[in-house]
Amino acid sequence: MLCGSLKRAALAVLVPLTLAACSGAPERAQGQLRDLSLANTDYQTTLQEQLIDAKPGDVITIPAGVYALDRMITLNVDGVTIRGKGADKTILNWQNQKAGAEGLSVKANDFTLENLAIEDTTGDGLKVNGGTNIVIRGVRVEWTGGYKTENGAYGLYPVQTENVLIEDSVAIGASDAGIYVGQSKNIVVRNNRAEYNVAGIEIENSVNADVYGNTAINNTGGILVFNMPGLEQRGYGTRIYDNDVNENNTENFGHEGTPVASVPAGTGIIVNSNDDVEIFNNRVAGNNTANVIISSLFSAGYADDEQSESFDPYPEGIWVYGNTFSGGGESPDGLELKALKTMLFGPTGAFPDVLFDGHVDATKMVGGKLPDALRICVSDEGVDILNIDGPNANENPRVESEAYRCKLTPRAPVKLALAEKAGR
Amino acid sequence: MRFGFAVISAGMLTLVGGLSGCSEDTQTPVRDLPLIAASYIAEGNPETLREWGQVQLSGGALVLSDNVAPYDLNTPLFTDYAHKLRTIWMPQGTSASYQEGEVLDFPIGTVITKTFYYPVAGGADEAAVLRDTSSDFFQGSKLPLDNIRLIETRVLVRREAGWDAIPYRWNDDQTEASLNRIGGIIPLSLVDGNGEATAFDYVMPNVNECASCHASDSNSKALWPIGPKPRHLNRDFTYDDGARNQLVYLTNGGVLTGAPDDPSAAPKNASWGDIEASLDARARSYLDINCSHCHSPIGPADTSGLSLLPGATGAALGKCKVPIAAGAGTGNRRWGIHPGKPEQSILVYRLESDEADKMMPEIGRSTVHKEGVALVTDWVKSLAGDCS
Repeated sequence: MLCGSLKRAALAVLVPLTLAACSGAPERAQGQLRDLSLANTDYQTTLQEQLIDAKPGDVITIPAGVYALDRMITLNVDGVTIRGKGADKTILNWQNQKAGAEGLSVKANDFTLENLAIEDTTGDGLKVNGGTNIVIRGVRVEWTGGYKTENGAYGLYPVQTENVLIEDSVAIGASDAGIYVGQSKNIVVRNNRAEYNVAGIEIENSVNADVYGNTAINNTGGILVFNMPGLEQRGYGTRIYDNDVNENNTENFGHEGTPVASVPAGTGIIVNSNDDVEIFNNRVAGNNTANVIISSLFSAGYADDEQSESFDPYPEGIWVYGNTFSGGGESPDGLELKALKTMLFGPTGAFPDVLFDGHVDATKMVGGKLPDALRICVSDEGVDILNIDGPNANENPRVESEAYRCKLTPRAPVKLALAEKAGR
Repeated sequence: MRFGFAVISAGMLTLVGGLSGCSEDTQTPVRDLPLIAASYIAEGNPETLREWGQVQLSGGALVLSDNVAPYDLNTPLFTDYAHKLRTIWMPQGTSASYQEGEVLDFPIGTVITKTFYYPVAGGADEAAVLRDTSSDFFQGSKLPLDNIRLIETRVLVRREAGWDAIPYRWNDDQTEASLNRIGGIIPLSLVDGNGEATAFDYVMPNVNECASCHASDSNSKALWPIGPKPRHLNRDFTYDDGARNQLVYLTNGGVLTGAPDDPSAAPKNASWGDIEASLDARARSYLDINCSHCHSPIGPADTSGLSLLPGATGAALGKCKVPIAAGAGTGNRRWGIHPGKPEQSILVYRLESDEADKMMPEIGRSTVHKEGVALVTDWVKSLAGDCS
């Protein structure tokens, strides 16, 4: 049902200038491709050499300026900091990239990247593949020509990392996720801004993440917590709190086949096949499909076939409370959801704040009920939950808020020394 | 006795004798430098390839020094149709030990080289090289350089702390290969059998990018050779004194211990072009050498959950497997391998692409290996099953 049955043509839509709200570099309106006519093209060799020769403890500083790079830059040395003069001052642009699947590719521990911009990479902006103690701070990653399917997939992309801090950063225009933490442990993502990405911020197959103080606006989906099959690590334990998740109504411009391509436009916060997720004290407004979606990978076209003795597609232990919701649900994405909304709430009505696809693991039930810790809880009176009855082809969709008025045990905050050091 | 190919060419003898090495039939006399014996350099990055003494210019050929063994793989990694001359050398008195499913356990001091070259197309365009996979240019212990353009030589050396990768780039004059840790883009043009030329950027990797393939264990991040595994080496090679199985040759030369006496007892990948071999064996061999250094349960692409090692099956091999973080690499397809349907399989899409964000492998090529794509396409077509 949530599955993107939309057949989208490749999009090449420029972000309306009137919506420009950011932090672009001087003399450039959002959606206007970075002009590289005066860019420094020699510096990439210097930078790559510095990174090859780097020693643990080195701080590589990049002066202010616009730098055009045509190859991926790589770092394999532990303990290195790469620091610019500011996300609008030190600009690394890969518009003319000839080689490499990322802009900056890092395979190292104790890595810090701060105060610079990564722009217009062919593939991912920054990928950190493996490593402990990863800090990404004050970094802007952006596809400057506006959001489109041809943009690179991920903005900031640590994967299989442990102890990760992403803060005060900006991600714009990723054709998959702006900020994506995959298969990692012990994560803090705070005070960032994600806009015009398919997924604003995504936590996938990760354990213990705190996502707070972020703004996710104008994405297809604002904040996502996913689990995918076939991977070593099952994700669980994410707290999403004190974020502003508004108007994530940009059409889904992702590549079909990717997990995020199934996310309906107009999704505020979505939990898909993940467990133990606490969503509280957020301000969530104007997301046209639903402010919160709780779903299973079944709804994204996943079939329980050969791949997964080990995969549990059911979202369990999800707790939604204390959020401020306004608007949203008026104009869901996709014909099926639109029809369902009209059928249940009329042409001018809206879905409730929380949409649940209804997939429940009957094998875990005790006496016809899930154990308390596995329940989905939407605690607050006035916040309704619609079960769209996915398992039965939406035969019996129903608002059944009372069945979800429960509480779970609050999760402990993520303990991350890197985040405490920063003194926030 | 060690290697049985200690045949020294006349040209080499002349040089060793200290005389000039002008070749008679070229217009510009080429003065060869004195030959250097192969040796282990325990530290640092020598400025020229010659200092290693493994492969050197002599008499209009790239010659292998004494005790440097050439070798080939059953199926090679595709690198923009480049030809490759591979060599192994171990210090006197040392030997590698056989490990069935792994890279041979080489002694400290081992030096492996791989020289990338093309036959030139001739004509005015110096960047024009032939897309020719049929010819074998290497002759026993030397690579004659008539109509050959040398591009780069990569050295892997087993030092105390582990393997180091040191790349050298051949100059335009083809007189010297110098250390080039930063890599580079070399514009070339591939000319096919019909004379049609296609320009492409040959990308010489930088030192860090060596690790993209050679750091095949994403936890240790240590570098390892990829090719010298029994299943890739188990084949014949035509040495100066005739064809022999490579494992047998190395064993007889005293530099390999522990290999089965009969090579048929050792694992053997198919040659991807061997039409006598089964389609499955050929395709799996191709995917093994091109992909499995990353796509294994411990490789850097274990983030994808896809393994292309010889033993992988089912969803781990990609059958009806959903992509994890493929981005544009999905090509709008839903499954890694859709059995019977190559046009719906992400695996095939990524081999067919030459765009940096979509293609696989992620580095190491700028062109599409049409013949490899055809093989994998046929293989996917041959698979039974369906994805819901």
